Amino acid sequence: MELSRREDVNRRMLRARDEMDRRYAEPLDIPTLAAIAHLSASQFGRVFKQVYGETPHRYLQRRRIERAMTLLRQTDRPITDIAWDTGFASLGTFSSTFSRIVGHSPTEFRARHAPVAVPSCFIATWTRPRDPA
Amino acid sequence: MTNNHITSLHIRAVPVLDQDEALDFYTTHLGFEVRDDIDLGFMRWLTVGVPGQDTSILLELVGGPQHDEATAAQVRELVTKGALGGVFLLSDDVHATYAALTAAGVEVTQEPVEQPYGTDFGIRDPFGNHVRISQPNAASPAEVKDAYENA
Repeated sequence: MELSRREDVNRRMLRARDEMDRRYAEPLDIPTLAAIAHLSASQFGRVFKQVYGETPHRYLQRRRIERAMTLLRQTDRPITDIAWDTGFASLGTFSSTFSRIVGHSPTEFRARHAPVAVPSCFIATWTRPRDPA
Repeated sequence: MTNNHITSLHIRAVPVLDQDEALDFYTTHLGFEVRDDIDLGFMRWLTVGVPGQDTSILLELVGGPQHDEATAAQVRELVTKGALGGVFLLSDDVHATYAALTAAGVEVTQEPVEQPYGTDFGIRDPFGNHVRISQPNAASPAEVKDAYENA
């Protein structure tokens, strides 16, 4: 398959983004992601933003918050557990990040949203919040 | 509703960047059969499908004359960014399918996950298109809805 340089970069960055999606609860590991994308660690963040319009950190935050939204909507698990399970080190960081991105606190969000019965990958992609920042 | 006489979903196009590579992926790894592989001169009409099922996928090369060069480049960009639509497949043994695909080195976007409706996982084709493979459980739609609401 003949890819232009730009397409080849896109494809490698997609592999790295897929890895972030799989390991969303783990700390952001730029050296590993950069290796997947065949870039240096110093290049990775800049190229990721060129391709996807946001930094890896911002993308991972939205991915984590999207997952937290699903767990809040679909389960009655304690919010502290959801914060830890989605990679946040503290309830305070989780709550402030969630409120900034979603516009409601986790508790308010849970009260406002009922479970939905469609394939999980569509829930994930269509409920991933845009970052207002 | 007006009876418009539509009887089935027949062919769905998937944008690909190399038809030989697409053919290898969808037949060798996903077990599709070739329905048509016809050189029309102006295009290669290449369709594949799951054996025993009528719906086909057209493995459509991006870059035909319906797009100018700039538009074709945009579509190729979107495919390689993973931004275009995907294909949803069913398996009667999703864990065996997952094992076979991972052993073959196929890119996995998500490992098998238990859902109220069954078990599913995600992969990408060689170009970036998302393929989701699911094994439904015996739950009825109402039971799935109840499972979500009572989770």
